[in-house]
Amino acid sequence: MSSLFQSEEMTLCQLFLQSEAAYSCVSELGELGLAQFRDLNPGTNAFQRKFVNEVRRCDEMERKLRYLEKEIKKDNIPMLDTGENPDAPQPREMIDLEATFEKLESELREVNQNYEALKRNFLDLTELRHILRKTQVFFDEVCTLTINMGVVAGTPGGVAQSPSTPDDEHVGLLSEEGMGRGQTASAKLGFVAGVILRERLPSFERMLWRACRGNVFLRQAEIETPLEDPASGDSVYKTVFIIFFQGDQLKAKVKKICEGFRATLYPCPDSPAERREMCMGVMTRIEDLNTVLSQTQDHRHRVLVSAAKNIKTWFIKVRKIKAIYHTLNCFNVDVTEKCLVAECWIPVADLDNIQLALRRGTERAGSSVPPILNRMSTTQEPPTYHRVNKFTRGFQNLIDAYGIASYREVNPAPYTIITFPFLFAVMFGDSGHALIMLSFGAWMVLCENSLAKKKSKNEIWNIFFGGRYIILLMGLFSFYTGLIYNDWFSKSLNIFGSAWFANNQTYNNLEIWKHHETEKDLMLDPKNAYSDKPYPIGLDPVWQVAENKINFLNTYKMKISIILGVIHMLFGVLLSLWNHVYFKRTVNILCEFIPQLIFLTFLFLYLCILMFHKWIWYGANMVGANKEYDEQHAPSILITFINMVLFKYSDDPNEFMFSGQKMLQMCFVVIALICVPWMLFIKPFVLQSQHKKQMAANGGAHGAGAPKINPDFESGETSELPTPVDGNNSAAPAAHSSGGGGGHGEHGEEFEMSEIFIHQGIHTIEYVLGSVSHTASYLRLWALSLAHAQLSEVLWSMVMRIGLAQKEYYGAVILFFIFGAWAILTVSILVLMEGLSAFLHTLRLHWVEFQSKFYTGAGYSFTPFDFHEMLAAAEAADEGD
Amino acid sequence: MGASFVPLMIFTVIWGGVGIVLPFLVPKGPNRGVVQVVLMLTGATCWLFWLCCYMAQMNPLIGPIISWKTALVMQQEWGSGPQPAD
Repeated sequence: MSSLFQSEEMTLCQLFLQSEAAYSCVSELGELGLAQFRDLNPGTNAFQRKFVNEVRRCDEMERKLRYLEKEIKKDNIPMLDTGENPDAPQPREMIDLEATFEKLESELREVNQNYEALKRNFLDLTELRHILRKTQVFFDEVCTLTINMGVVAGTPGGVAQSPSTPDDEHVGLLSEEGMGRGQTASAKLGFVAGVILRERLPSFERMLWRACRGNVFLRQAEIETPLEDPASGDSVYKTVFIIFFQGDQLKAKVKKICEGFRATLYPCPDSPAERREMCMGVMTRIEDLNTVLSQTQDHRHRVLVSAAKNIKTWFIKVRKIKAIYHTLNCFNVDVTEKCLVAECWIPVADLDNIQLALRRGTERAGSSVPPILNRMSTTQEPPTYHRVNKFTRGFQNLIDAYGIASYREVNPAPYTIITFPFLFAVMFGDSGHALIMLSFGAWMVLCENSLAKKKSKNEIWNIFFGGRYIILLMGLFSFYTGLIYNDWFSKSLNIFGSAWFANNQTYNNLEIWKHHETEKDLMLDPKNAYSDKPYPIGLDPVWQVAENKINFLNTYKMKISIILGVIHMLFGVLLSLWNHVYFKRTVNILCEFIPQLIFLTFLFLYLCILMFHKWIWYGANMVGANKEYDEQHAPSILITFINMVLFKYSDDPNEFMFSGQKMLQMCFVVIALICVPWMLFIKPFVLQSQHKKQMAANGGAHGAGAPKINPDFESGETSELPTPVDGNNSAAPAAHSSGGGGGHGEHGEEFEMSEIFIHQGIHTIEYVLGSVSHTASYLRLWALSLAHAQLSEVLWSMVMRIGLAQKEYYGAVILFFIFGAWAILTVSILVLMEGLSAFLHTLRLHWVEFQSKFYTGAGYSFTPFDFHEMLAAAEAADEGD
Repeated sequence: MGASFVPLMIFTVIWGGVGIVLPFLVPKGPNRGVVQVVLMLTGATCWLFWLCCYMAQMNPLIGPIISWKTALVMQQEWGSGPQPAD
C-alpha cells in the first residue's frame, strides 16, 4: 500500500463541469493539489483562448500590485505576512479588487507627482537663498575694490571722507558714489547670478573666458550642503556664481552660455535692502513649503501603511485567480456551450477526495448540476507520483535527479534512505567529524519550523536545509563507522583493552632495548603478543600507533568494500525481479534475471565467500595440525580469483584453501561463461516465436494497428489493453531496458530481428563488463576512507601537535591559536570538502552501480495543479528579480 | 581460532533485534512499510559492518610494527598482558 515502493496508480479522467460552476470547482481542485490537467487546446495561440480577457485583467492587477509593493519597499514599511491562505475570490469580487487597486494606484501616482513638483520648487527657493547669501560677499568685495579704485584715482581728500568700511547700507554696487569718480568712464555693469553643478564649473569658466575674450568677471562660492535633485533623488553639490559684464552683447552671450551649461539663473536685486527683503520672503516661503512637503509625505505614508496590511493577501488572491483562468483556458468547450470538458490525471487512491472537492465547488457556485467525473482508459504512459513526506522527500529528490521512475516501476528511494548514509559513512568514517555533522543536521531538523519561515534567498543554505534529514542520517551512520574504525579526529580510543601487548617475555629483555642506540621497530608476533580475543567493537587501538597501520587497514578495507559492493549489486538484481514479476515479463525472468543472478553470484559472491573463509580459517596462530593455515600458507584472494578465471592451476598443494576447490571453481567459471550466450541469444528467439504466433493468430497485419506482441512491455500500461507502442518510451538510458527491444520507435511496424539482437547484445555486454568494472568501482569506499584518515592524521600531527608540545607557560596562548587553526581546517577541509566528496561518490555508486541493475527512469513527474506550489514558485520568481 | 562468543552474541542480538524484531512492532500507518525497510536495512548493514571488522581481526596474519618507545609505553599503560606459565 505504501506508495513509496512503487509510484501510485494513476487514471486519466474526464471532467464535465457546468460553466458557472467551473471556476469554483477548479479553485477547490487547486487547493487540493491532486489533479494534473492536460492542455486540450495545444494548437491555439495564447490570444485566442477563451479566457484571455480575464487573464489580461489579472496581469493588469498584478502590475498595479507590484507598483504598490515597490513604493512600500521604498519607504521601508513592513508588509504584514499573516501566513493565511485566502481562497480565490469569486469572479464578481474581481471587479471590486480591480477598483480598489485602481484607486490606490492613481492616488499614489498623484501624491508622487505633487511631491516632485513641490520638491522642485523647494530646490529653486533653496538655491535662491544661497545665492542671496553668497552674493552679499561678492558685492562687498567689489565695493572695497571700487572704493580703493576711487581712493587711488579719485581726487585727494574727496574719498577719504567716504566711509572706508564697506558698509552695505551706504554703498551699492551700481550707485554712482562707489563708482566712477575716477576717470574711467564706467558704463553700467550688468550681472547675472545663478547656480551650477560643481563639476561643470571649470569648463564653464573657461568657456566664458574664451567667448567673452576675458571681458567678464566671474566670482563663485561653493554651497557646502548638498542639494537634492528632484528628478533622480541624488544629492549634488552646487556652486553659486555671479558674472559681471558690460553691455548687452556680452549679456546675451553670457546668458546663452549659462543655458548651455544648464546653470539656473535667478533674478538678484542690486540694492542690499531689496536683497534683504527678498531673503526674508524666500525664507518664509521655504518654511511653508517644508510644512506642505511633510504633510504630503505623511499622507503618502498613511496610504502605503493601509495598503501594506493587505498587500500580501491581495497578491495571493490575484495569483490564484490568474492560475484558475490559465487552467480554464486548457479546457474544451462542449458543443452545447453549456459545459466545459477537462482531462486530468488523478491518483486512483484520491478519487473520493476529488469528488468531494468538486461537490464543494458546485455548492459554492450555487449550481444545481453536479459535475461528472469519468475514468478513461488510455494507452499513454501516466505520470509518476510518489507520495513523500518531509523526511522521504530529500531521498526521493536524490533519485529523481538522475531520472524520474517509469510508471509503476520499483522505486529505489526507500532503500536509499539507509544505503546512502551507510555507504557515505564507510567513506567518511570518523566519529569526531561525524559529531560535527550530526549536530549541524540535528539543529536544522529540530529548528526546521522557524528556519523554514525565514525564506532565505541564499541557494547554498537552501540546499543544505533541504537535505537536513540526509545530513542527520549521514552523521549518525558516520558516528557508528567511526566507532568501528576507531577514529576520533585521527585518534583511537582504548575502551576495552587492546588485544596486543608487549612484555619482557615477549621481547627478551625489553630493558636492553632501552639502551640501544639504534631505534629498531619490532613487530608484535601474533603468536606471542596477541591475546586470542580480538577487540570487541571495532579496530584495535594498537594499530593507531603502529608503523604498518596502512598495510593492515588496506587489506581490511578492500575486503569490506568488495563485500559491500557485491551485496549492494545483488540487491539491485533482486529488485529487477520485482519489476519483472509486476509487469508480468516471464521472458525476462528466464532469459535475463536468472543468468544475471548466476553470473554475479558464481563469480563475485564466491569471491566474498573466499574472503570470509580466509578470515575464519587462516591465522598466524594456527598451531598443531592446522600448520598449513598459518601466515606462511595464506593465499592471496585476488591471485586466486584471477587464476580461477584464467583456469590457471599449479600443482602446489598449498594453493587451495579447501578440498574440492579446484573442481568447484572450474564448474563455477564454466557455468558463468554459459550465462553469457544465455543472456544474449535466448530472448530474441523467444520474442520472434511469440511474434510469429501473434501474427498467425491475428491473421496478418492490421495495417498500422499491428500491435507489438510483447506482453512484457516496459512502459506503463493499463493492463486491459494490448499495448501498442507509444513514442514516449524512447531509448531509455539504462542499459537493460533494451530488452523491450521491440518498443523502440516502431509503431506496429515489422519485427526487426537485427534491432532486437543489437539491443540484447548491448544489454549483455553492459551487464557482463559492468559487473567486473562496478565491483572494482566499489573500491572507492576503501580509497576515500583511506584519504580521509590520512588527511585527518596529517592535520593532527602537523598542526595540533605543535600546540600540544609547547613546554613554556606561553604555550597556552599558542595552543589557543593553533587550536583555532586546527578547528577551522578540520571543519572546512575534512567535514565540508571531504563530506561533499564522499556524498558525490556515494551518489555515483547509487546512480550507476546500483540502479543500472534494475532502474529504467524514463518517466515524467506528476505536476498537479496546486496553489501552494504555484504561489511558492511565484514568490521565488519575485525574490529573484 | 581466536574469537570469543560474548561480543558476537551481543551484537547479533542487538542488530537482530533492530532488524528482525522491531519491524513487527511498527504501528500501522501510511509509513509502515518504509519504517520496516529502514529498520531491516539498518540492522543488516550495521551488523555486517561490525562483523567484518571483528572477523578481520580475530585471526591476524601480521602484527603491528611498533617502535621500541611505543612498546615501552604500551607495557606501562596497557599492561604486559597475560603472563605465560613458565
